Formats: sequence, structure tokens, C-alpha cells
Amino acid sequence: MITIVDYGMGNLGSVLNMLNKIGVKATISSSHDEILNAGKLILPGVGAFDAAMTRIQDAGLGVILEKRAMGDRIPILGICLGMQILTRGSEEGKLPGFGWIPAQAKRFPVQPDLKVPHMGWNIVYPSNASRLTENCEKEARFYFVHSYAVFVDKAENSILKTEYGIEFDSAIQCDNIYGVQFHPEKSHRFGMQVLKNFASL
Amino acid sequence: MLRTRIIPAILLRNESLVKTVRFGKFTYVGDPCNTVRIFNELEVDELAFLDITATRDGRSPNFRVLADIANECFMPLSYGGGIRSLDHAKSVFEIGFEKVVINSCAVENPALLTEIAQQYGSQAVVASIDVKAGFLGRPTVRTVAGKRNVKLDPAVWAKEVESHGAGEILLTSIDREGTWEGFDLDLVKQVTDVVSIPVIAHGGAGCVEDIGKVVKQAGASAVALGSMVVFQKKGMGVLVNFPDSETLEEIINWS
Repeated sequence: MITIVDYGMGNLGSVLNMLNKIGVKATISSSHDEILNAGKLILPGVGAFDAAMTRIQDAGLGVILEKRAMGDRIPILGICLGMQILTRGSEEGKLPGFGWIPAQAKRFPVQPDLKVPHMGWNIVYPSNASRLTENCEKEARFYFVHSYAVFVDKAENSILKTEYGIEFDSAIQCDNIYGVQFHPEKSHRFGMQVLKNFASL
Repeated sequence: MLRTRIIPAILLRNESLVKTVRFGKFTYVGDPCNTVRIFNELEVDELAFLDITATRDGRSPNFRVLADIANECFMPLSYGGGIRSLDHAKSVFEIGFEKVVINSCAVENPALLTEIAQQYGSQAVVASIDVKAGFLGRPTVRTVAGKRNVKLDPAVWAKEVESHGAGEILLTSIDREGTWEGFDLDLVKQVTDVVSIPVIAHGGAGCVEDIGKVVKQAGASAVALGSMVVFQKKGMGVLVNFPDSETLEEIINWS
């Protein structure tokens, strides 16, 4: 059973819709008990970094997620802002992230002709093999919406890269912790493959 | 590199999909769910779903139809029509749409754009600007599905919606809508010259070359297509379709 963690930030319905479509059992929940009993967790998120961390802490979820991630070591997938909070922090905010993956989110550098946010469909390139990206097509494309991009400290934690004026890490992994910058739930069959892979971990 | 977004704009009227010409002359296109299912199979970049009678009839969005659509669609979705409050926007987002499109209410109450942007981010707020040539051919902004002339200059109003927090502008030429005559490049350029947020050009697309022109010559970040994606050709029957990637790539340099 996958639990989609509801901490009040973002588009949870569409993640559930896609999991339903591919026949994966999932629920949306903010209940401590359900999160403590989940087989896997998805952390979605749209919005500002500090707002996300604050809401997680206010809901008493920080300690619980820490236990699931680092104690029980269950698979956790962060999507978009949900990926950025897996890192140690973002230039967007002052609060620390969970720091489960050695990486940081930085603002896209200002460049002529490149609008920020990076919004639309872009191509990903594999940087390291991962079960999350198994059977993904060559030059798979995904839907992105973000103003801050994640950069890993160590190349081994990058699994996909994308270019938008600068090359950034569009999917990252450290052991049982996975993050994708794009929205798999909004990326047709390309996204379905990623969620299927996560569901079968 | 980022692909130029090509967005079918589909129009809902009394629970049916229709296509209009210059905001009138309704042609029945089909059932919303069947149609969006086809667009989903065609793997379109994004879908804009506009209820063209909600504001006129003083109705709230039809959340039931929206939920049916969101269950079938695995691409970014925007919805416009009758959104008058943060609560309306919230319900649309919870269903699984990521953008709300605001037109009439933006003119009456621009603070709504700010309110939604503060809560959900600017990327979730699309300001829709419908433009029609008025007296002496001067383009002016219209609301309530083209019915009300609010006597605003499109470029001036575009700057204003940007300052109120809109993250994107859906710019529709009423005079070109449904005509297959090509986009109004002057209008699009007037707006893209003064705002830094993406502008989606809408109204008049008749062939893929039109898409290339409005992107390259007028600075549109994305285009919305109506007739082209629901009819076989001008004057012919309904056929839900989408230009193939190779053709688009050649014409607008997707890479």
C-alpha cells in the first residue's frame, strides 16, 4: 500500500488518479497511524520550500517521516517540491530540508530568453541506473514546473539529468529515498512507467 | 530544451463540447469525457478546458464533469469558467487540475488573482484576455464570453494581470477564433513585448505553419488550438486529432 502524504501542499488527487489507473493500491492521508503503517510513501508538493517544511513540522509529521525514511528505510518518493525537501535545503528558504539525499536546490540562473519557472515538457537523460527509471524510454519526456533546481553533491546520487539553460538533476536517489523534479502524474505513459517502477520496488 | 506547448482548448457548453466561430455559431463536437480520452491517447502536451456559459449563466464550475475529466487525463490541465472565489479555485485544484483560468472575474476583482497566486503559486493562475476589434478597429478587452466591452487596452491589461500575480496569459483574438485564418500576430506581439510571463496565443490557427509564425515572429510561449484539433479541415466534420511530433518539430524547432 502506498500512502500519499497530505501535508496541505499540492495536487494530491492527480497522483492518486494515476496510481488508480495503473492498478496500484494507494490512499491520501495525513494520519500519523496510516503513515506509520504504510509500505511506501509519496511526498508530493507544490509551493514554497519553507511553507512545506513548516506544515510538515506543524502537523507533527517530521519525526514520523524521519523514522520511516531512516529507521524503517521504506521507499519514499518525493515529487517536485516533495523532492526538494529531501535535500539539505533550498536557496528559496531558510529552513533546513530533511537532508536524506546530499544535494541542494538553487534558483535557476537568470538567462535571456529563458523564462522562470521552467514550465513545460522537457527531455531527461539517464546519469545512473536505478530501479525507479528501469524500462524508461530513451529521451522520455516529462512535465516540469519549478523555479529552483536540485544539484547533487556526489554524481552517484543523480539518476536523471535535464537541461534548461543549465544542466540539473531531474531525478535523484540515495538508497531507499527517491526524488523526481517532474510530475510523473502529469506525464502520460512516461510518468506511468516511473510510478509503476516505484510501486514494484 | 523545452518544447513549445501546444494546448487543445476545448469548450464546454451545457455539458457538451462545442466549437465556436468568433465566439458564436456553436458546432457540437462531442461528449467531454470521450473527447478528452482521445486527447489523452494522442498524448497532447496540456489541455485547457473552458466552460463558455458558466459566467453568463451565473453558474459555478461543474465540478462533477471536471472530476470525470481529471480521472482520464494524465497531462497538465487548466480550467476556466465561472471561477469567482478562492474556494472555487481550491476545489478545481483538489480535483487534479493544476491551473485555473480567470477572465471576467479578473476584471471585476483582480485581487482574486493575487489571492490564488499567494496560496497556490503564480504558475497555477492563468489570466485569460479576450480581445475584439472595436470602434475604428481598435482592439479592446471583452469579458463574459465576449459580450461585455470593458474598454481596456490588451497590453495595458496584460501588464496589470501580471502585476496582480498571474503566471501566464491566455490571449484570445475573438475576431480570429474559429476562422482558420492564422493568429493575430500584431496583437500577440503587443502583449509579449510588455510582459515577462508566458503568453499562450489562441484564436485563428489553421495549420502548423501558423504555430511556427506566432512563436517565432510574435514571441508566444505556447499556443492553444481549437478548430484544428477537433475538425478534419475547415468546413468539414468532427475529427479529434493532434499534429504529429515530427511535423511540429520541423516547424517550430522542437529538439
